[in-house]
Amino acid sequence: MFTDDAGKGGIAAGGPGNSAESNRRTGGDLVQLITPGGERVSNPEFDSWVQDVSDEQLASLYEDMVAIRRIDAEATALQRQGELALWPPLLGQEASQIGSARALRDDDFVFPSYRDNGVAYVRGVQPADIVKAWRGNALAGWDPYTVNVATQQIIIGAQSLHATGYAMGIQNDGADSVAVAYFGDGATSEGDVNEAMVFAASFQAPVVFICQNNHWAISEPVMLQSHIQIADRASGFGIPSMRVDGNDVLAVMAATRIAVDRARRGGGPTFIEAVTYRMGPHTTADDPTRYRDANELEDWAAKDPIERLRTLLERKGLLTGELEAAVAAHADAVAKELRAGTINMAEPQPLDIFKHVYSTPNSTLDRQQDHYTRYLASFGDPAEAASEEGAR
Amino acid sequence: MTQMTFARAINSGLRKSLENDPKVILMGEDIGTLGGVFRVTDGLQKDFGKHRVVDTPLAESGILGTAVGLAYRGYRPVVEIQFDGFIYPAFDQIVSQVAKMHYRTQGAVKMPITIRVPFGGGIGSPEHHSESPEAYFTHTSGLRVISVSNPQDAHTMIQQAIASDDPVLYFEPKRRYHDKGEVDETLDLSAALSMEKARVVTEGTDVTLVAYGPLVKTARDAALAAADEGVSIEVIDLRSLAPLDFATLEASVRKTGRLVITHEASQTGGLGAEVAAGITERCFYHLEAAPVRVTGFDVPYPYSKLEMHHLPGLDRILDGVDRALGRPNSLSGLEG
Repeated sequence: MFTDDAGKGGIAAGGPGNSAESNRRTGGDLVQLITPGGERVSNPEFDSWVQDVSDEQLASLYEDMVAIRRIDAEATALQRQGELALWPPLLGQEASQIGSARALRDDDFVFPSYRDNGVAYVRGVQPADIVKAWRGNALAGWDPYTVNVATQQIIIGAQSLHATGYAMGIQNDGADSVAVAYFGDGATSEGDVNEAMVFAASFQAPVVFICQNNHWAISEPVMLQSHIQIADRASGFGIPSMRVDGNDVLAVMAATRIAVDRARRGGGPTFIEAVTYRMGPHTTADDPTRYRDANELEDWAAKDPIERLRTLLERKGLLTGELEAAVAAHADAVAKELRAGTINMAEPQPLDIFKHVYSTPNSTLDRQQDHYTRYLASFGDPAEAASEEGAR
Repeated sequence: MTQMTFARAINSGLRKSLENDPKVILMGEDIGTLGGVFRVTDGLQKDFGKHRVVDTPLAESGILGTAVGLAYRGYRPVVEIQFDGFIYPAFDQIVSQVAKMHYRTQGAVKMPITIRVPFGGGIGSPEHHSESPEAYFTHTSGLRVISVSNPQDAHTMIQQAIASDDPVLYFEPKRRYHDKGEVDETLDLSAALSMEKARVVTEGTDVTLVAYGPLVKTARDAALAAADEGVSIEVIDLRSLAPLDFATLEASVRKTGRLVITHEASQTGGLGAEVAAGITERCFYHLEAAPVRVTGFDVPYPYSKLEMHHLPGLDRILDGVDRALGRPNSLSGLEG
């Protein structure tokens, strides 16, 4: 159960070659560096990993969190207005996503789930590209290699294996980058996540598993997924883990830096459970009032990740009117870009449906494409014919 | 030309691919020190190292899922599924990830993964060791599916599969692993028959008999037996199951007017249905009779004492040929 107490634990220190030590964890304490009241608290093991975070960087973390909350709100509005078919809000998970993603290097490779829009934003994915798949204009909004972010995975947990395989490739290449898999608490019930941990441990692959335990897998509570703390599962695979307050951007950042550093130095995989809460629905098609108590939401609203950082900035005297205005202006600009980019998005062409199924020609598909081209041509204007076909 | 077994021919092809491209990496259960349960990868780990020939944990989805990640990183994984019946835990990674990644990313991410599957029956195995799951994969867009029937094809097509930028399922007929044949190891891949092309195994004029994998040999034997009775059978080895080489099939059926297709897999939704429908669409007016399927029954693969009843043998195939020819056969007198 989540507690507001400042965490005392963390992972045992341990570098490469110290596997017995590094495989031991110190229990289920929740690491926290910022309390829900916005107070910076000390944690000897984790503090050093974020001591370089300057006031400016703290403000920039705040700016990113506000921006992705704004993207979320704007995308939800766009969905309600019929511009997006569906949207999976991350409301409440801003610290987990920004804190972890900001701890990565450009040459690290991220394998996200469909809800990790904040991670995509940090990696440089354009706002409209984030919603492209949800508008139905593509299956993926970006080229993975331009931002080192794989396409968002919809099959629960499948990407954890992709990250592990990618990490095995990094290892083979002798590189010091890291692969990162993002998934939720529900995914830890899937075979793929468990198989990914087996492979990662067996090969000591440089992969970091970031589980955002947001307490709900659509309508199923986390208790239905695990009767022990999710972070504790990792030790059964021989993978060291940390359990951090996922609404605390500094705690998440510190944990991710520890894990990434371990991986870069050849210390193998790490599992991070970021304990957070999905304050919105699973997707815009969902109605959480049917399955969860209003009091629970209220409790978690009091632990809001953005409010927490805002209070810290205030306490440190950093929350100037100038900063507030700059953060608001940035969020406005991102939202505007998202809206304009969505509404003006180029429509795919009918024959695009046949493109990229294979790298090389395929006689069966070529024949189907040829027949459909002739069919469309029989109407005169292919685009018009296709839109009529779609309307039926 | 060298005489070698089917298994050795694949091994030799794998070796050449490992030599030619440092990005080729073999993965699977028991493929390293043991050399695979059928010894197809024998000696490769010793010569190429544990990072090129990887013994994996026993987790099929894990093998395919990590192969996806390696392909993302620019590798060309060749994975071995130990037995046909073990492929199902990897089904999601194959059909939802491997098959669709290129389409999903509009060509940005290639999945040059080769999935080797020893398949089919006839070796007296226990349950889950004799299945023919190929139709599940021919139904999935984005995959190429091939099946080899002789050592030369086994040798060249494994290299073609690995060289392909598309994911390929490579079905190996396990009951033919020890069959020997001539293999030209010096044959240049570009000079070899494209893996998308079907091959006319024996020419004939009365009936087109289509087979692939383990049944090509049986079909050829049937053609020899039929010749003694004055029936001329043209045997076609499909080689590629997806896409199907309809041009070769069509040319044959236009000549013979009759079509029989045989496979070990169950009939319903099997490849025979696709060949029959495709040929009927393309050359209905050239057909003298309805296409005939001679296949495994729609039963779970039976215990080994009964497998010879399930597997199409020479006599069942000839009975099918008789049906296509309108000659007296086991179904004579029945409607349909």
